[in-house]
Amino acid sequence: MSASSLISRRTFAGGALLMTLAGKAARAQGFAGLGMAGRGFAPVVPGRQLVFPADHGPHPDFRIEWWYVTANLADATGSAYGAQWTLFRQAMAPGPQAEGWANQQIWMGHAAVTRADTHRFSETFARGGVGQAGAQASPFDAWIDSWQMRGGAGMNSDTLSPLQLNAAGSDFAYTLQLQADHPLVLQGDAGYSVKSEQGQASYYYSQPYFRARGRITIDDTPVEVTGLAWMDREWSSQPLASNQTGWDWLSLHFDSGDKLMLFRLRATDNHPFISGKWFSPDGRERRLGPFEIAMTPKVFTEIAGRRIPTTWDIAIAPLSLAISCTSVNPECWMATRFAYWEGPIRFSGSHQGVGYLEMTGY
Amino acid sequence: MTRTLWVLAVLFSHWRRHPMQFATLAIGLVSAVALWSGVQALNQQARASYDRAAAAFGGVRTATLVSTNGGTFPQQLFVALRRAGWPVSPVLEGRIQVDGRSFRLLGIDPVTLPTEAGDRPPIGGELQGFVLPPGQTRLAPETMAELGASEGASLEASNDMKLPPLRLAAQLAPGVMVVDIGVAQRLLKMPNQVSRLLVGKSKGPRASLDKVVGDRLRLVKPTAETDLERLTDSFHLNLTAFGLLSFFVGLFIVNSAIGLAFEQRLPILRTLRACGVSSRQLNTVLLLELVFFALIAGLVGMAVGYLIAAALLPDVAASLRGLYGAQIPGQLSLSPQWWLAGLLISVLGALLAATASLLKAGRLSVLASAQPQAWRQEQRRWVMLQGIAALAVFATAFGFLWFGDSLLAGFAVLAAILLGAALALPLLLELVLAAGEYQARGALAAWFWADSRQQLSGLSLALMALLLALSVNVGVGTMVESFSRTFVNWLDARLAADIYINAADDAQAKAITAWLRERRDVIAILPGGRAETQFAGAPLEIFGLPDNATYRDRWPLLQSADDAWTRLQKGEAAFASEQLARRSRLSLGDVIEVPTPHGGWTIRIVGIYADYGNPKAQIAVNFDALAGHFPDIPRTRIGLRANQAAVPRLMSDLREKFGLDDHSLIDQATLKAESKRIFNRTFSVTAALNAFTLAVAGIALLTSLLTLGNSRLPQLAPLWAIGITRRKLAAIELLKTMSVALLTALLALPLGLLVAWCLIAIVNVKAFGWQLPFHVFPLQLAELLAVAMVASLVAAAIPVLRLARLQPTALIKVFADER
Repeated sequence: MSASSLISRRTFAGGALLMTLAGKAARAQGFAGLGMAGRGFAPVVPGRQLVFPADHGPHPDFRIEWWYVTANLADATGSAYGAQWTLFRQAMAPGPQAEGWANQQIWMGHAAVTRADTHRFSETFARGGVGQAGAQASPFDAWIDSWQMRGGAGMNSDTLSPLQLNAAGSDFAYTLQLQADHPLVLQGDAGYSVKSEQGQASYYYSQPYFRARGRITIDDTPVEVTGLAWMDREWSSQPLASNQTGWDWLSLHFDSGDKLMLFRLRATDNHPFISGKWFSPDGRERRLGPFEIAMTPKVFTEIAGRRIPTTWDIAIAPLSLAISCTSVNPECWMATRFAYWEGPIRFSGSHQGVGYLEMTGY
Repeated sequence: MTRTLWVLAVLFSHWRRHPMQFATLAIGLVSAVALWSGVQALNQQARASYDRAAAAFGGVRTATLVSTNGGTFPQQLFVALRRAGWPVSPVLEGRIQVDGRSFRLLGIDPVTLPTEAGDRPPIGGELQGFVLPPGQTRLAPETMAELGASEGASLEASNDMKLPPLRLAAQLAPGVMVVDIGVAQRLLKMPNQVSRLLVGKSKGPRASLDKVVGDRLRLVKPTAETDLERLTDSFHLNLTAFGLLSFFVGLFIVNSAIGLAFEQRLPILRTLRACGVSSRQLNTVLLLELVFFALIAGLVGMAVGYLIAAALLPDVAASLRGLYGAQIPGQLSLSPQWWLAGLLISVLGALLAATASLLKAGRLSVLASAQPQAWRQEQRRWVMLQGIAALAVFATAFGFLWFGDSLLAGFAVLAAILLGAALALPLLLELVLAAGEYQARGALAAWFWADSRQQLSGLSLALMALLLALSVNVGVGTMVESFSRTFVNWLDARLAADIYINAADDAQAKAITAWLRERRDVIAILPGGRAETQFAGAPLEIFGLPDNATYRDRWPLLQSADDAWTRLQKGEAAFASEQLARRSRLSLGDVIEVPTPHGGWTIRIVGIYADYGNPKAQIAVNFDALAGHFPDIPRTRIGLRANQAAVPRLMSDLREKFGLDDHSLIDQATLKAESKRIFNRTFSVTAALNAFTLAVAGIALLTSLLTLGNSRLPQLAPLWAIGITRRKLAAIELLKTMSVALLTALLALPLGLLVAWCLIAIVNVKAFGWQLPFHVFPLQLAELLAVAMVASLVAAAIPVLRLARLQPTALIKVFADER
């Protein structure tokens, strides 16, 4: 295991946010530019109890943060759809929040919809302090431009339900209502998600139990969809290692109602850091260590001049799990300023279900 | 291949034996290419800088949203539009004074800036450095040099605000400073205000504009060409016209040189053909030779053109700045296309000039006897043909004049008149000389006229060049002089106040006014101000005139209704600038409505005034009425009427008491001198190009005479043989040349006045929007006539001196080996 290979899932995107805007420095300072020191920002420490609804809102003292929703959907005929809604926040400098344009926060939004035959995406950027983008805990609201995720009437802050979600690009749009009966789940150790053997970590909680209902419009043709959704909330101040090359992350909805999150951080020394957590609707959960998880890329797809594994075999002995994950559409390329692959998958084998796969650094 | 080289060597031998002829050819090509490419370099430089200015987030290339009432608006509208799906980015624009100089300050938001609106030029790798304190002030190297500062320096603006550290950005236009929008809001003391929103191209669902912002903002569609391009079109057209003129004058020289060389090489060509060189090969070699010369001369011409452009650039830049506020960097930068275009034009020009000769060489029969004079004799027929062509061209000119209604049509009229006159010249001279011959008494006199006629065809191209250069000189000279007089008179009347003050802010202006009220040497305090709004979709400047006898008595009006000033004072009337009146077809009594922060303002036009040198449309209204409708305009401009004797004292007191520098305090005399200086520089380019064309015409005449000199020996030898001395022969030759030159120059005068009329009545009106009174300046005409005659004299002197010193053997030889 690389001593300095630390990354929180999707940390890249937060880093990408600043670095894609900043451009040239990106690759010089570790993967996605998070090689910069986190000095001056609030540290991530174990034992901090997450408090809701306060922690649904922004944590500007930390360097990076995101609100992240992925949804596995289907229309009336059973055709699969995927939807992604992401809001990233990154502080360009530590210290008290400055007013107006002097505010040091930069916001980035990514949105996408996927169907077996097409993948549409859009991105947008904003500065904090003027109202173009932001987030607040109560009443819950997170927005950038016209994209918005906000709490519906009578939102329960323990379940983060109900939520309304919308986003649009030049060739797609969607609106979704998310509803959950089960409480949020805390990733890692009570929300303290360790990312390396040195103890570097992030605060990380999820709501994997959302049921989704709404409408996806592709090329001006609206389709009613229903399905499952997963929300991630994560914030941290910690940088990436310079030898980090990328990662593979999965969120899985089992037909049984169980949920599983897995990630594998790849490093140049071929010592990936693998971690995961399994949740059951009855409240049981299990953290999975690096030696309990086997993630094996199976089929590669050539996209944008890169070789990307779009089919995976996954085996987890303690769960008696051996599945094969295939993407709904292998061409889920997010050709945003910092490009990556993200899209819906389905899996079969010892267990069946759907989920989302995210891969960076290929 | 070897054969081709041999043929080439044989052909080259001709030039070795006639170096003067070669020089003529070279000079023709070089001068044709030089001025043309010089002018192109200037135009290219200017256009590039307009693009830079346009790309500076000013967004004429990008759709923008602006306030309906012409002012700034709260940035909350920006947020509201973003949240309604509009891909907009805010820009705050203002002016900032540093070291007494005024700069355009642009505040941008690099994060939302649409990529198509300037390619995020100032950001590059340093978003944080630009956005976070202390931030950066991005500026062009020219602006940096003007400030005499270096990167990293922190300058202080006149309002005691500190600018972020300076940072070079080569792609910015000179005179522009780019900062983060937050910094701009602080520097300009306009918190949360935005001047305009750039609308990105990305499409997506968005709410309708009026649903989001009501009628507070208005969408301005992008235009294909920038404002500066539109405004300065005429200026560049003017330069291009001059470049083209000298190009053609140069081609005249090339044509005569090649024609003569062809004629003299006929025996060689025939011999080569007889030796077995095929017609095709001969033609290929002739063509090769020409292209070779054209390329070499083209390169030299480009170098000379570069020097000309570099020499003229400061004046061109000053003119464009003075006339249109366009900022042109002082360093020439030339693209590869420029070099390529220059060489291409050189080759094409040479081919064009040599077409007739090449065609003839192509049809050359092997056994045809050498008829060197045939070329000339055929010219006689050409004179008639040219006369007919001239008539056709004149008809075209008339057609353009009658039907045309654009700047281009104006120039087409000019070009057609000049071309027609040039074509008609040989015919006119022929008629005059024929009349002279008819009148002649005595053998020598008869010979004088007849020989002049005979010589005419050889000289006609050079004379055409002289005619063109001279008439354009007369035309432009008359126009400039007319303008100059009108401008000076106008300036005298327009600058009504004795002292002009531009206070740093309203507070200082108030303090100054209070202080001035106590002074006894002040006759009147005249507050002034202007506001920006729109009319008919274009920017409109509203100029506030204080209600004061000074203005009523002196302010110049071209047209006015009854009681114009009284009605102006009531606030419901305005004077329109001549440019606005022409462009929007406004006349006295028309009613217009302009948007103000408090809704529409209905104004009746009661006067029209000249507003020379201002590219913007303007109306003048009563100052109090303006302040009532635009309460937020800065009231920092103050005019003073004072006793003449007290002016210096008052100035020094003001300077001392309020710390005003030369840019914020200026007296009438200095301002006038400054304006005239700008004006003079504006036309110094025209004057320089004028001189160049005249010089090229002089060279054309000289080279024509030189080449004629040799071939005329057979005509002169018999006269010498019958007892006329070489001196006398030379004197006769001189007299002949001077008389045809004089005839040409005399013809050029009325033609030049016609050109001046075209410039004043058509081109100026279309280009600038103002018409000038047409004046004729006899002294100037006489001066030009004298210059033309001196130029002809100098051109004629060398061949004549050569003739006077000619060895008698050379003349005898004529009889020995008659060609």
